[in-house]
Amino acid sequence: MLTERELEFKSVQYRKGLLRLIKARGAGHTGGDLSCLDIINVLYNRILRVSPETFKSPDRDYYIQSKGHCAEALFVVLADRDFFPEKDLETLNRYGSHYIGHPTRDVYGVEQNTGALGHGLAVAVGIALAGKMNRKDYRVFTLLGDGELAEGSNWEAAMTAAHYRLDNLTAIVDRNGLQITGSTEDVCQLSPLDEKFEAFGFAVRRCDGNDVGELLRTLEAVPFRPGKPSLVLAKSKKGKGVNFMENVAKWHHGVPSDDEFNRAIAELEAVEAALA
Amino acid sequence: MEEALANLEIFAATLLELAREDPDLLVVTSDSRGSAKLAPFAKAVPGQIVEVGIAEQNLVGVAAGLAAAGKNVFAVSPACFLTARSLEQIKNDLCYSDRPVTAVGISAGVSYGALGTTHHSLHDFAALRAIHNITIVAPADNFETREAVRAAARSPKPVYLRFGKKKIAKLPRVDSSFELGKASLIREGSDLSYLACGETVAPAVAAAELLAEDGVQCRVLSVHTIKPLDHAAVCKAATETGKVITVEEHSVHGGLGEGCAGLLLQKGMHPAFKIVGFPDDHTMTGSQEEIFCHYGIDAPGLAQAARDLLARQ
Repeated sequence: MLTERELEFKSVQYRKGLLRLIKARGAGHTGGDLSCLDIINVLYNRILRVSPETFKSPDRDYYIQSKGHCAEALFVVLADRDFFPEKDLETLNRYGSHYIGHPTRDVYGVEQNTGALGHGLAVAVGIALAGKMNRKDYRVFTLLGDGELAEGSNWEAAMTAAHYRLDNLTAIVDRNGLQITGSTEDVCQLSPLDEKFEAFGFAVRRCDGNDVGELLRTLEAVPFRPGKPSLVLAKSKKGKGVNFMENVAKWHHGVPSDDEFNRAIAELEAVEAALA
Repeated sequence: MEEALANLEIFAATLLELAREDPDLLVVTSDSRGSAKLAPFAKAVPGQIVEVGIAEQNLVGVAAGLAAAGKNVFAVSPACFLTARSLEQIKNDLCYSDRPVTAVGISAGVSYGALGTTHHSLHDFAALRAIHNITIVAPADNFETREAVRAAARSPKPVYLRFGKKKIAKLPRVDSSFELGKASLIREGSDLSYLACGETVAPAVAAAELLAEDGVQCRVLSVHTIKPLDHAAVCKAATETGKVITVEEHSVHGGLGEGCAGLLLQKGMHPAFKIVGFPDDHTMTGSQEEIFCHYGIDAPGLAQAARDLLARQ
């Protein structure tokens, strides 16, 4: 089990791997990948009771990535957790590859095909409800983008989660505040998300979505209230970890130039050296 | 002859039988248990019905999640909402993600009659035919409904079941068996073929009876499975009778008729051919029966279509 410091180290390594992947393959949702990477890191290295060996077990914990466009972040973590060889990612977006720009069940370790926004929470609700019906102990985690919360289907699913008292369900909002057009608050005001989810029957906690220690302590505490679904409002930075990408909307799916790539890797290596 | 019930009632009764055999069988409804005749189901096996409220997108998403966790799920909602509002969930959460949910479109076509276009589903075959990995079934009568529900429950793939509210007992039929993907021969004939589906099979049979009085022998096939289409039966009908009329409670665009036309054309077959369905126009108001009559989906109308086709040389 990784310590907090080891998790921090992992995050830096994942960021480097992610940028190499996006640079090599010429496409990716760089900004969002970087904002949610720490969340996926903590989930797969400390929280989720799932491994390549138990992935088909009916008792495993489930992870549904509703913000499917950040598939690269998920793939980097799944490869590191040995769900498939890292070398497979060399085929990302290539002709005939099942490693594409969104998660699909053709990739070992992926639970549900996502990519169209506003779908993950309802599917997670269904899995969590089946868990309650079957008296299983498994838990269901889903990662939502903040921009996708404008999709009304999220709020339909939120009502169902509370109605059936699904305290085995945790939704994490990667609250980076940016979507492709610009600030989420300028595009279609989302705030106050904590009050909205509380009003929909969730037990809500805020945390720093790029602080692995805070994420770990928050996610270890679920369910926050018995009989209620949990919501983690994870305040994050789009482009986190690369100074010139942070909080800049154009990095939503920007691919770094050679110079930008080298600068990004150099910055991450400096952080890595400081942590080592 | 057994009592005629609405296919909906047969669906609900069959589902209850299946639910008693399989505790993992679940019905998910969107405030639709009453319309779907599932109130007795809910009373008999309350642990096997999930209510999500009037939220059809959520209905299908939750159904996909339940199926992902091993449940055998029937997601039930009026066809008009299920195949339009939740089309993206059907496409992605069921078909693309390969979740063996049965999406059940109730009160389909113009079953809701005078409630108007909001409540009609004349687009569902077209929408779903273009989506990979779903079987589309419109049973003709109580017999086919019972068999289709049982087949859908066994299917390892997504299925769309579609039926209405009209009472249609077991039609007298040549084929006594039922298999998804295999059209059922209802009536034998060599002069012309009616290829019909769902609630239009009964008027096609009535039209064939009218024509028989004039010495014209029509074949009637219940093409209950719109996709995958029974290529062999459709081609055989075209070859052996040379004249084909397709009949559906659906737009003439993208449904059974165009499916058959595309198949026959690509096989190099050119029978005299007519698609009977709903034209690209505002739908006439009235009851289902009146609307059928208006568009010639009744015995006189279908018999006239046959005479017109027979006169065409």
